Amino acid sequence: MSLKELDTGVQNTWCPGCGNFGIINAMKQAIIQLGVPRERIVAVSGIGCHGKITDYLRVNGLHGIHGRVLPAATGVKLANHGLTVIGHAGDGDAFNIGLGHFAHAARRNLPVAYIIHDNMIYGLTTGQTSPTSGQGFKTKTTPRGAFEVPINPLTQALTAGASFVARGFAGEPKHLVELFKQAMTHKGFAIVDVLQPCVTFNRVNTYEFYRQRVYKLEDGGHDAGSFEAAYRKAQEWGDRIPIGVFFREERPTYVEAFPALGDGPLAVRELNPDIGRLIDEFR
Amino acid sequence: MRKMTCVGLGDDTVSILIGGEAGQGITRSGSLLGTALMRGGLSVFGTNEYPSLIRGGHNYYLLRASGREVYSQDSHVELVVALNKETALIHQGELVPGGGMIIDEESQLTEGELSRDDVKIYTVPLTAMVKRLGGPEIMRNTVALGSVLAIVGFDSTILKDVIAGTFRGRQELIETNRKAVDLGYDYCKEHYEGFGCRLVDGEGTPSRIMPTGDEALALGAVQSGCRFYAAYPMTPASPILDYMAAHDAETGMVVIQTESEIAAINMVVGAGYAGLRAMTATSGGGFSLMVEGLGLAGMTETPVVINVGQRPGPSTGLATNTAQGDPLFAIHASQGEFPRIVVAPGDVEECFYLTMEAFNLAERFQVPVIMLTDKYLAESHRSVEPFDAGRVPIDRGKLTLVERWEGEEYGRYRITKDCVSPRLLPGTLNVVVQGNSNEHDELGYSTSSPGPVVAMMDKRLGKGRFMENHVASLRPVRVIGGEDAEVSLFGWGSTKGPAREALMLLSESGVKARFVQIVYLEPFPAEDVRIELARGSANILFENNATAQLGELIRLHTGYRFDHVGLRYDGRPFNPSDIRDGVMEVLRR
Repeated sequence: MSLKELDTGVQNTWCPGCGNFGIINAMKQAIIQLGVPRERIVAVSGIGCHGKITDYLRVNGLHGIHGRVLPAATGVKLANHGLTVIGHAGDGDAFNIGLGHFAHAARRNLPVAYIIHDNMIYGLTTGQTSPTSGQGFKTKTTPRGAFEVPINPLTQALTAGASFVARGFAGEPKHLVELFKQAMTHKGFAIVDVLQPCVTFNRVNTYEFYRQRVYKLEDGGHDAGSFEAAYRKAQEWGDRIPIGVFFREERPTYVEAFPALGDGPLAVRELNPDIGRLIDEFR
Repeated sequence: MRKMTCVGLGDDTVSILIGGEAGQGITRSGSLLGTALMRGGLSVFGTNEYPSLIRGGHNYYLLRASGREVYSQDSHVELVVALNKETALIHQGELVPGGGMIIDEESQLTEGELSRDDVKIYTVPLTAMVKRLGGPEIMRNTVALGSVLAIVGFDSTILKDVIAGTFRGRQELIETNRKAVDLGYDYCKEHYEGFGCRLVDGEGTPSRIMPTGDEALALGAVQSGCRFYAAYPMTPASPILDYMAAHDAETGMVVIQTESEIAAINMVVGAGYAGLRAMTATSGGGFSLMVEGLGLAGMTETPVVINVGQRPGPSTGLATNTAQGDPLFAIHASQGEFPRIVVAPGDVEECFYLTMEAFNLAERFQVPVIMLTDKYLAESHRSVEPFDAGRVPIDRGKLTLVERWEGEEYGRYRITKDCVSPRLLPGTLNVVVQGNSNEHDELGYSTSSPGPVVAMMDKRLGKGRFMENHVASLRPVRVIGGEDAEVSLFGWGSTKGPAREALMLLSESGVKARFVQIVYLEPFPAEDVRIELARGSANILFENNATAQLGELIRLHTGYRFDHVGLRYDGRPFNPSDIRDGVMEVLRR
């Protein structure tokens, strides 16, 4: 498979330099390197700049509604668990309107890779605050600076029970490809929070900002098998910002919760229902 | 052969009311008794009323049996089984003269508290006998059921068999319950004569079933090949979730209790997109949360089935009562314009067969289908012929299940003559399948160009005409009663049962009446309704809501305005006698 085969040819409307380009390119590379046929992949996206990825990435796509990426992805995955399902969500999508679903997908260990396009700003609605915006961050809706403590995607994920927790940076494409590959092959719920500069509306969290701060966890001998170590690292934010795999564990996935899925994917089967015995219960 | 017999005090039916506190297993006892009567050859209808709490508070189950088909409760009761004092006091007024009441010796009713001197009181030491048996307090119900059978003359072996079936595999429980039946039965045989009312089982009676509307709907979904059910608990739809969860291994269905109704509808859309027949059920409050997801199904042309079990609103309203307050909401829910189907079953059989139709329609037209039921229909039992699983064959419309697509370039939203696009599933080799909540082109990619936007709107809405034609073949308007009727009752959904009973009452009063049931509310069968309105009879509308919403719908589509409207919106279903009285009042004018 070539990069071109993963391109829909639809005109791209992301701003030049948008961090989304780093994400879609890394995603294409990951798909190619894993060798998964594009027909076997479903990308589910929400609403916001990130959501357009289903227009540009030539895999099956379900561009749903705001905040509901994970429930839709749950339906797709359980209907046909032979498919590789990748959820794409923005920080608003994932941590404002869709925060409730996030915790439940994590505790279910839904085998879906969940890629957060985290630019810490509302881009498509032209510059309002986001749940991951830093305190004091000034936007159209926070003229005195954001009051709220930002949501930390990683500690949220760890607390909720995500079995793969990672952070990437859109300006570190090779590193990001590796994270995506691991997330897509992880058996369970895998979140990758991607630091994604918004070149139009976020003048704080720029490429330069991140380049000066990010370092790779794997360079420092971090133990991704330790929840405590992961939680400690997940709280690190300031002059130094860790990226990489924070936490990973193996445990049964949500697919194993359903006797119906024991014999393979349901969607491709012919329907041959028989309620004969069920009727007898009412006699 | 012994013949089945039913002698009531007012008519050819016998009504038994079992009442007590919530948590005393009232509904369970009612359905056990109903099943026993059904096995003895009687037709039964059973409905419950309970408050929204788990312990305490008044609860009752009203069972009506007859040798003829019985379609609903009525307001009179032959026998009250009072498991507590409150039941005796609240329900004594509903007893017909000459009726009976079973009370627990320990119910602490004092002299003079019961105002009725024209009913027979059967004092039975229910609590004492259970104590002697060493059973839990709830077993008083079983003793009481044994007492009922002795008083009306029904074979207690049948009840014991029903109990054995219910508690299959739990031998000790079965034995204690059998003994409890015998204790109640023998006590009453020894101490009491019967009263005027008789229920006698017959031999060799045909085998029937006694599901609730919810259970029939669940069975219909299973037989439709529904393999994905996601829902959030909400009265009166929770029993469907319970049923599906209890049978998931056997039915091969993925059943999920979701974190919210929003999650449920979006999961169902995801599963539908990926090719499963998928369903959710809720009540009005949950449906309100689902509305954006309903629009997603409409925009992505994803087949889904949504059951809305109505209860009185707005907001939490009367959480455990019944209403028909949501038809216009169901028809109009969501921003924007897209085709949908709204169907309203009127009885247990229709809950089964229309669910099967609903799944077919959803896939045939690639639209969301909403099934409107209500608490009264959802939770009431009725004895019916076992469902004919082959009556509605599965029709998956333009879905092609292939491993590899070899045809021309695939577009999920291809414009076709009948406005329905060929459907392939994600995973099919050689294609990618797009579902898009944004306006999109034929391939499914977002567009805002005026040309494709209009083409896609026209394609979706163009299905309407084909849906109308198809629905016209499904008997969207059903009439009970002859064309020579002088009165036509119009209604929809669960008013069907009481209306059918009312037709019999009216006939006894010398009034020829018929019931016109609107089954499909969207697309609206305007032509059929117009014909029924113009039969020359007096037309009266009955609805379980305060604003006559079917009346509004009929006015919208036909211009007809009802002069006579009977509305009930206290959270309770119509009684047949209410409907009869309403009709008689109109005729007297």
